[in-house]
Amino acid sequence: MSGDAATKVGFLVGADTTDTTPAAEATGPGGRHRGREPRAVRTPGRLGRGPAGSGGLGSWAPRGAYVLFAVALLAFPRLVGTPTDARQWAEWLCYAIVAVGLDIAWGYGGMLALGQGLFFGLGAYAMAMHLSLEQVPDGSLPSFMSLYSDNTELPLIWRPFQSFWITVIAAVAVPAVVAMLLGLLVFKRRIRGPYFALLTQATAVIFALVLIGNLKLTAGFNGLTGFSTIFGRNKYAPETNSWLYDLAAVALLVVLGVAMIVVRSRFGKLLQATRDSEDRVRFLGYDPAVVKTIGFVIAAAMAGAAGAIAAPVFGIVSPGQFDYAPSILMICWVAVGGRGKLGGAVLGALLVNWTRVTVSDARPDDWQYLQGALFVVILAFAPGGFAGMISSGWQRATAKVRPRPSGHALELEEVPA
Amino acid sequence: MTPVLELRNVGVSFDGFRALDGVDLTVQKGELRFLIGPNGAGKTTLIDCVTGLTKPSEGEIRFEGKVIGNLKEHRRVKLGIGRSFQTPTVFETLSVIDNLDLAEAFRRPMGSLFRRRRNVSSGVQETLERIGLATVAERPAGSLSHGQKQWLEVGMLLVQRPRLLLLDEPVAGMSPSERQQTGELLVELAGEHTVVVVEHDMAFLRSFASTVTVLHEGKVLSEGSVAEVQADPIVREVYLGRSRDQRSGAVVAAGEET
Repeated sequence: MSGDAATKVGFLVGADTTDTTPAAEATGPGGRHRGREPRAVRTPGRLGRGPAGSGGLGSWAPRGAYVLFAVALLAFPRLVGTPTDARQWAEWLCYAIVAVGLDIAWGYGGMLALGQGLFFGLGAYAMAMHLSLEQVPDGSLPSFMSLYSDNTELPLIWRPFQSFWITVIAAVAVPAVVAMLLGLLVFKRRIRGPYFALLTQATAVIFALVLIGNLKLTAGFNGLTGFSTIFGRNKYAPETNSWLYDLAAVALLVVLGVAMIVVRSRFGKLLQATRDSEDRVRFLGYDPAVVKTIGFVIAAAMAGAAGAIAAPVFGIVSPGQFDYAPSILMICWVAVGGRGKLGGAVLGALLVNWTRVTVSDARPDDWQYLQGALFVVILAFAPGGFAGMISSGWQRATAKVRPRPSGHALELEEVPA
Repeated sequence: MTPVLELRNVGVSFDGFRALDGVDLTVQKGELRFLIGPNGAGKTTLIDCVTGLTKPSEGEIRFEGKVIGNLKEHRRVKLGIGRSFQTPTVFETLSVIDNLDLAEAFRRPMGSLFRRRRNVSSGVQETLERIGLATVAERPAGSLSHGQKQWLEVGMLLVQRPRLLLLDEPVAGMSPSERQQTGELLVELAGEHTVVVVEHDMAFLRSFASTVTVLHEGKVLSEGSVAEVQADPIVREVYLGRSRDQRSGAVVAAGEET
């Protein structure tokens, strides 16, 4: 419907409804709220917790937790981290960013996106292309190209990545646009559940294949590497590791802040509503395809941003890092940490990766088994993940006789283990 | 005057089964219309056709004179058609207020939804009081009783401020006093709004219906006031089947059996 028609209908409805006169004014003659809240009613105290709806302690606890987490995150390497550790942690923080985005798509939106590696990879390749060009004089080819191709000048697709800012924008915008096209294509056709999961997984596989197949442009299977300087910094200097850690930490905090705003907004509630009953949402006058696409785009943009930071942290960007296996691991992080809780996603990414490195250092052969077991046990016995366990423990401890929200985690599509 | 709802020769087939067959139906503004009929008569299918859940294989549906056959469900809601379902579907993880707020906010541009709700709009507040859920406004909807969920569902319909309300068995599972309240609410709504109700409960029908349309095997069998329809020999035949009991109580029994 055109905006004009929408306006007209809104007007008719507003004018037609006399039994809710003050409310009609909220719709106004324009039929649109133009972003402003309808006239508010100061709710009398009997609502219990004031007019802010989710006001009271409920709205302050997450903010307090956020501030504590921010302080801890930034203070942590200064207290315990050695420089090599810092790089390791920077990598995990990038994973946490991916996990936060995935939690919006999967935990809040019910979209089991098994191909986040695609978006993570698009961001990583964008930055890796920029870093490859940083190693050579302006206008000359990245070193692998003179080996694999007979190009004499920089291919068109590489040119924008000479600019740092275009690279940064592309690392977020390209995944977002790809997710938007994919989302609209899939959700408008009402494809969901396992079909959506398989489809996204296929995109990650195709992405890896395209990268491998275009040796002359992407260095194929070997990937882009050899970044001895990172934005003018010496790759091997210990300060660079700390700097990368801080960069990843700040990015995680920004992404987490954005995610908190998103999930607590009306849109966040709408996304949850769409997860729980897509058909009912349709009869509330929303197009679930649009709602889900927006959620999916947010997840993709976050994964792209994480990839851009992960590229210098990894020091190498190759197709194997982004195909189906890593994409499924990303789901594991969120599931283990506790989907539907942003803190759970961060916790899961950090915890699983910390355990992976710790265990595979001590017993290199056993990690795969442990990882599988961890995932199965969590899904079987604590579908809410660690965050779910913590919050139900907290609820029991504070012993509030508040009815617990029913565990939505159980109602959605099953996750292939 | 243009009727609010007009169905012309509407037919629906599911794999050869004729769920609706040449249905004509006209509902004028302000009417409180009841749709009755035995199981499988096509009552819910008819509502599904109007709201877009089912695409009719033939015929034409007009809402306020506008052909709506090709519009998606949410577009029809934006036009002013609201519906409820046989089993109340509320968003259990969201609070009662958030359920109502989302139901009201659909006319806002998508971009403005990224802001947090800071207060309760007057429409939501009035509805909360009207449906008697003001004291549980902050509770997750999943913790409500069945009856309360039904009221919440009605409330979500009301804050949408539709001009045509389609209710599918709104009093199923309600206590007698809740039925009375719902009936009074429907009568109050009719006039301003146009209301179409699918209902099995004959006592409820007799207390509140003005006009009744009887469906049978996908066709309109009879239409008129409660008394007219009850006196119609064909309706009695269909509804009572084998037993030709003259007492109207038997109609109730037949209705509740389904």
